[in-house]
Amino acid sequence: MNLLIKNGFVYDPINEINGEIMDIAIRNDKIVESVPERTSKIIDASGLTVFPGGVDIHTHIAGGEVNTGRLVRPEDHEKDFVRKTAITRSGVGYSIPSTFTTGYRYSRMGYTTVMNPSMACLEAKHTHEELNDIPMLDKATYPLLGDWWLVLENIAKGDLEACARYVAWMLEITKGYAIKIVNPGGLESWGFGRNVHSIDDQVPNFGITPREIMCGLAKVNKMLNLPHTIHLHTNNLGIPGNYATTLETMKCLESIPSDGKPVVHITHLQFSSFAGEDWGSFRSGAGEIAKYINNHDHVTFDMGQIVFTDTTTMTADGPFEYTLYQLSGHKWVNTDIETETSGGIIPFHYKRKNPVNAIQWSIGLELALMTKNPWKVFMTTDHPNAGPFTAYPKILAWLASKKARMATFKRLHKKAQKKSLLPSIDRELSLYDIAIVTRSGQAKALDLKEKGHLGVGADADVAIFNLNPEEVDIANKYKTFRRAFSNAAYTIKAGKVLVKDGEILQQSDGKTIWLDLQTSKEIEISEEIKRKFREYWTVEYENYPVSDHYIKHSSPLTIKADV
Amino acid sequence: MSKIDAVTCPVCGCLCDDIELTIADGVVAQVKNGCAMCEAKFFSHNNDHRLKTPLIRKDGKLVPSTYDKAIRKSAEILAKANYPILYGWSSTDCEAQRVGVELAEEVGGVLDNTAVVCHGPSILSVQEVGIPTCTLGQIRHRADLLIYWGCNPWSAHPRHLERYTAFTEGRFKGSEWKSYINKVKAAAGRKKLRSLERIGVLKHKPEQVAPTVSDNKPPAILNKKGRKLIVVDVRKSMTAEMADYFLQVKPGKDYELIQAMRALVRDQELDVEEVAGVPVEYLQQLVDAMISCQFGIIFFGMGLTQSPSKFRNIDVAISLIRDLNMRTKFAIMPMRGHFNVTGANTVFTWQSGYPYAVDFSLGYPRYNPGETTVVDVLLRQESDAGLVIASDPASNFPRKAVEHLVKKPLIVIDPHMNATSLVGDVVLPSEIVGIEKEGTAYRMDHVPLPLKKVVDPPKGLLSDEEILRRILKEVRKIKSKKLEAA
Repeated sequence: MNLLIKNGFVYDPINEINGEIMDIAIRNDKIVESVPERTSKIIDASGLTVFPGGVDIHTHIAGGEVNTGRLVRPEDHEKDFVRKTAITRSGVGYSIPSTFTTGYRYSRMGYTTVMNPSMACLEAKHTHEELNDIPMLDKATYPLLGDWWLVLENIAKGDLEACARYVAWMLEITKGYAIKIVNPGGLESWGFGRNVHSIDDQVPNFGITPREIMCGLAKVNKMLNLPHTIHLHTNNLGIPGNYATTLETMKCLESIPSDGKPVVHITHLQFSSFAGEDWGSFRSGAGEIAKYINNHDHVTFDMGQIVFTDTTTMTADGPFEYTLYQLSGHKWVNTDIETETSGGIIPFHYKRKNPVNAIQWSIGLELALMTKNPWKVFMTTDHPNAGPFTAYPKILAWLASKKARMATFKRLHKKAQKKSLLPSIDRELSLYDIAIVTRSGQAKALDLKEKGHLGVGADADVAIFNLNPEEVDIANKYKTFRRAFSNAAYTIKAGKVLVKDGEILQQSDGKTIWLDLQTSKEIEISEEIKRKFREYWTVEYENYPVSDHYIKHSSPLTIKADV
Repeated sequence: MSKIDAVTCPVCGCLCDDIELTIADGVVAQVKNGCAMCEAKFFSHNNDHRLKTPLIRKDGKLVPSTYDKAIRKSAEILAKANYPILYGWSSTDCEAQRVGVELAEEVGGVLDNTAVVCHGPSILSVQEVGIPTCTLGQIRHRADLLIYWGCNPWSAHPRHLERYTAFTEGRFKGSEWKSYINKVKAAAGRKKLRSLERIGVLKHKPEQVAPTVSDNKPPAILNKKGRKLIVVDVRKSMTAEMADYFLQVKPGKDYELIQAMRALVRDQELDVEEVAGVPVEYLQQLVDAMISCQFGIIFFGMGLTQSPSKFRNIDVAISLIRDLNMRTKFAIMPMRGHFNVTGANTVFTWQSGYPYAVDFSLGYPRYNPGETTVVDVLLRQESDAGLVIASDPASNFPRKAVEHLVKKPLIVIDPHMNATSLVGDVVLPSEIVGIEKEGTAYRMDHVPLPLKKVVDPPKGLLSDEEILRRILKEVRKIKSKKLEAA
């Protein structure tokens, strides 16, 4: 079927189109040069803003951890339920929506592609089963590999090639997309209740340091030609003074050869940019971090922006969740996964009048605004850790409007106001910048060539917002802007109109994108590995992989590796 | 004759996936690695008395029918019902459970699984205080203190000890199988002596009869290095026979005992001599052993969830683990019974937000255990139809609840005839999941495992998933016709 989107103000940063009035032609599920107007369905977009479909690089929406979060928070669901309609399934919100609701809510904001960033390999089937039940979106997921015994052992031995082959094998059998590293070394230490506190601490029983793990996996990432960089959650996350660790982390990855391309994506950087010695002297380290990133091109990051609300924190960083538990005394879930990783969950309420939370809010925005190049910054809340993804329009308003920022700023705890750099920052992101930080930059960092732009050959994923950029100055009328981005005028995915004026028109399944890695030698599974398998895990080798049965709409991306 | 390796056993929450089957003439001929329950299940597919045609009740009698008629009849019952219950789910695969949620939503029913009479209280406590837990391999590799509380894996999860805990060889902790063999030998020896006494070869010595209540004195081994197995129960179970230390708690006093332990973990003094039949001095030794271990775990079962105080027991047990984590590494795990009860909780949660007792009657998921739990709905006589799948509530629900269940139209889906199918109005036989149908199940520690199809089902039989799909389709057809008529 043909579709023609006429006369919209088009923002397509990858093709350097900045608000030009243009037509976008769609044939079936792709964007094409033109379609005959007579036989096409026409969408009149005059006076509307046309963006590529949104791409989220980091959002916890599926898998064991997310689902346990749902299970422990009935009080979170009760206040936000969703009725069944003739088209859509029922469900619940708020901070951890049920699968169907997740899909609908993303789609209503104009998102079409999301990345689930934290998958325990042993429970990969669970993640994929849930992804199948998230409609409206294309999805991919990152397996947690930073504390996997076979990675630790092979890096400790210095055998990067073996390590690369194991990683390739794991990415393939778990149907993953990128290497996720969480608190490298810390999670293995957490197996016996300990942690690492710097990138040069020894990991007990393995004779290896976080520095070696990160550098090793960054090199492996390069050897395998993976589309995304290593996706890193730093050591000491959430601890005052950790900006120094973050700087060291970025420095230690400087030397990885990369031909000018990024080497590392530091995720939810806000949580890794704390200065001060303790919670009392807590302040922002965003200045130093942004300065470093402005001078180096091997780093991209996403914000992990705090929103003042009641939410649920969940991360593979078990020791960090334990710290949060000690701080809050709230209900605490910890789940250690054999030979691979750990995980934890704590409900958390970010409050404006709590000085630490208020400074955290400021840090996220400082990072995004002080980093000069928008292609290095992506807007996330690390859903649901710093706030649910439904808060994205609010954050966009803070980024695009100083007026919006200051409206929130003046209600913060006084101590936080004094410590914040925000009053001195005048930068306001334009719609073009907004398109970069919410879709184009993210697609580029993920090397999803058919996402995040509207050029010929791209997937026909388009978001149209009820906003006339000629009439509305978003910095001034930020509420109009926020409203427009909360409910898309149209969300088009794979050529189908899924949402109109914030209402779901039809339910549609998305694809699951995964890496089909072509190594020069077929990855051999020797009897040795099978024997190890029995020793390391409590499941049989044959029952570990995610078979095709678990992927409803499979979309493999073939990559040729150098090993 | 063919061999199939790495088959997952669809019986208990252990979900052992190393079963080796020999198939001869389309029938399971030999089961290797499995326990007695596993063998019984795999051989059951070939039972003579297995139900192979759907039944519909006519004039008070169940008479053979066809799938089309039975499915049509089921759909009519559900479409007409105002407040139906859809119960069971724990012994079928996740694929069927997913369709089940959709069906419950479509008919506006109450969706519940067997957790309601099992580990429901555990879930309530997890929602109160959270849960520090881990996967079973973590225990194999790291745990040096294992406590089974109110459960008897020797009988209910026969391979739990050998596959996951005391008798496995981990990376950091060795197996205690040698001491295990000694204990088994000693137990066998004792048995022999007793039988010799019975037949009069040996003189009977009445003073050696073990006291009914043990004195609960901890053995010296608690202070030593290496893996230790502790059992806490009201009676000396077979697992307790194998244990390094058996702590006998007075029935119904678990809550008190755990609270006392919490106090001791927090270095408080107790002003009493004994708690729940255990001298405080001994309890102190136990707590010291718990604090000084490297990685400890408590497994708990029905003895804790379904004894007086119910979810408060679990609440306080998890709180004990929270306290212990300030001193060392400790975890806790429920011993889930049915092979896929964890899967039912998991699937219900991702689709509706709630693990059991989900009420769709208002068009959205609602959860209020005590009100929306199936037993309570039945006791209040509110439901007006029922669908029971992969479960047998007639033989284990309270009598009053069963009476109401039987009074209203009842659909039963199960591979075998059971007490519930005997009183059902429509009985739909199905393939046995994990033997005749492939699928997915979740182990007690939330690890998903594939179930295999190892033999062909009897001719003409449908799977749970397919039956539910067809019922759902019929229900939608009936509803849309009603809408047109209106």
